[in-house]
Amino acid sequence: MSRHTLSVLVEDQPGVLTRIAALFSRRGFNIESLAVGQTELPDVSRMTIVVNVDELPLEQVTKQLNKLINVLKIVELEPTSSVARELILVKVKADPEVRSHVLETVALFRAKVVDVAPDAVTIEATGSRDKLEALLRMLEPYGIKELVQSGMVALARGSRSIAERQVRSADRSA
Amino acid sequence: MSDSDTDMMTGAASLVRSLESVGAEVVFGIPGGAILPAYDPLMDSTKVRHILVRHEQGAGHAAEGYAAASGRVGVCMATSGPGATNLVTPIADAHMDSVPIVAITGQVPSSAIGTDAFQEADIRGITMPITKHNYLVTNPDDIPRAIAEAFHIAATGRPGPVLVDISKDALQARTQFRWPSSIELRGYRPTTKPHGRQIREAARMIVQSKRPVLYVGGGVIRSGASAELRRLAELTGIPVVTTLMARGAFPDSHPLHLGMPGMHGTVAAVGALQKSDLLIALGTRFDDRVTGLLSSFAPEAAVIHADIDPAEISKNRTADVPIVGDAREVIIELILAIETEHAAGLIGDYAAWWARVGQMRETYPLGWTHPDDGSLSPQYVIERLGSIVGPEAIYAAGVGQHQMWAAQFINYERPHSWLNSGGAGTMGYAVPAAMGAKVGCPDRTVWAIDGDGCFQMTNQELATCSINEIPIKVAVINNSSLGMVRQWQTLFYNQRYSNTDLHSHRIPDFVKLADAYGCHGLRCDSPEQVDATIEKAMSLDDAPVVIDFVVHRDAMVWPMVAAGTSNDDIQYAREIAPKWDRED
Repeated sequence: MSRHTLSVLVEDQPGVLTRIAALFSRRGFNIESLAVGQTELPDVSRMTIVVNVDELPLEQVTKQLNKLINVLKIVELEPTSSVARELILVKVKADPEVRSHVLETVALFRAKVVDVAPDAVTIEATGSRDKLEALLRMLEPYGIKELVQSGMVALARGSRSIAERQVRSADRSA
Repeated sequence: MSDSDTDMMTGAASLVRSLESVGAEVVFGIPGGAILPAYDPLMDSTKVRHILVRHEQGAGHAAEGYAAASGRVGVCMATSGPGATNLVTPIADAHMDSVPIVAITGQVPSSAIGTDAFQEADIRGITMPITKHNYLVTNPDDIPRAIAEAFHIAATGRPGPVLVDISKDALQARTQFRWPSSIELRGYRPTTKPHGRQIREAARMIVQSKRPVLYVGGGVIRSGASAELRRLAELTGIPVVTTLMARGAFPDSHPLHLGMPGMHGTVAAVGALQKSDLLIALGTRFDDRVTGLLSSFAPEAAVIHADIDPAEISKNRTADVPIVGDAREVIIELILAIETEHAAGLIGDYAAWWARVGQMRETYPLGWTHPDDGSLSPQYVIERLGSIVGPEAIYAAGVGQHQMWAAQFINYERPHSWLNSGGAGTMGYAVPAAMGAKVGCPDRTVWAIDGDGCFQMTNQELATCSINEIPIKVAVINNSSLGMVRQWQTLFYNQRYSNTDLHSHRIPDFVKLADAYGCHGLRCDSPEQVDATIEKAMSLDDAPVVIDFVVHRDAMVWPMVAAGTSNDDIQYAREIAPKWDRED
């Protein structure tokens, strides 16, 4: 199994998220992360879906996704040629005696404190999955009270937009 | 069909006008609270005939039968909640067998959606995984576009069911009828024209192969490619097998035909696939009932797989040459490419191959034995029915032993003459599907070949047939059991017949039941009466006819590849394995 990031352009229609989520579920795939939002195009939303799956079943699920009438385009983003970011908000115990250590960690990771309480701070951080995992490992000893993460969003590097890119090879069986 | 074609009316009238504009002639349905506004203008339509069925499942299968027999889109209609959920089985059935139908359902008023209102069901959510696409319409202005798109999606590409759910307030509100002049679906552009390079590669492999097989599926029927298939087969001399969904795509009487492959296929068809070095798969999806144990299916074969649905290609078996396209266009292009190969002197030589498959066909023909006690054999009934009624009729089967015998022992000579529930395996399909087929093709004789179990699931539609003068004929192959399940109990459960005895030799009395429904009821329980009973049924055209064929219950369907085992382990009859040739 390996991790794949799919960028899916969809028509901004009611029910489209259900259709896509249900399709993954019915074909037996777990979605690791999913982010959806508007794009530069009116009426078009973009989903970034991260799945942990082998190449062959991924090809099948991609083809099935393409059959959905509301799906416009699917592109797989390769880690080496794309930029991927996630956002976390994490509430960490920070009594006065450890607060300076926590803030040092925040600075090291170029994160920022977005809320302060007498015994805790809430930290906002963005970055790659690896960076955020490293940050969380550093914060863990102080005590993580609450953690929330966004789905991953990703863009291909370079000047071309998704509209100009080739679809996943599996979509063009011929 | 232009933008000037506008008028103020209710959403309901707009729906009826949309159905007229799209060319729907017949709707099978039942009214109820939420869909009621639509039934008022429907009453006045001179173009759309509504046939009031007795159960929504009947409406759905009738739409399927209409579509499968006529090639046009079938339409069914139901109200919200239970009306809509009763359509779920036929919609799932149409999805599995790629049948173009449009289901229109009423929904509770939009202000009540999500409140668990009376007769509310989220039918759009429920049918998402079993429709090609579906709609929830709450704005009356959207009705014409939704209907136009639904019919377009149902009929094009890989055909399938589309559901349009319309809220009651949208049906009641005033709107301006505007029929869309064109259909714009950004995310739906089916590929019908095959890729030239793939076609040339396929042609090259075909002329170089030594043991090719044309593995033909239902897509050839849906795309209307039978004539082209015949030209391709005759041009190349390649053996043809037709799957359960493709019976009739290629004439059974044709010398190149080896019959049906699969779990209950002929030894020759199954054997040819297993020994082949090249499968030319056309509009077929390598279903488990055809492949048997997938890892041992056609182990030496390269695969050319042509299908209009790219998701079917390499889903179960990796294709060496994938071809996305409409079966008819693919076959036409293949013929041209093969003719080019032939012109260059490259012609496939399959003489040695034919010697092998010909021997399989001769040694292991389909057959059965009469029971010793003189009782009626179901296979005999079905074979006589096919012989007397002939290939111009339409045959619709239920699911089970009778379905397999009807696929085996009737000779199909033309497409659209064999209707059945192949993928979903829906018991109860036959009677309503036959009704829909008769409505779509009124000049053809339509027979439902049903089991006594299946028949009791949907026979209420005999009332619909009687009242609406839809004179179908029904042959109930009554073995008083759930026969196919009983066969598995015989073979795999030590003959412990748990809950498969239906006692339908006693209850109900199918002749009286037929009579109660205004049909002619006939009974036949001995081989001597079979021909006369069928001929009598053929002579009765003023009402539907039901024949109760009382047959013995121990007949089994052979050959058989047991579920989950290899096609190589096919049994010709119980504990009789064919002797494969040992050339390889």
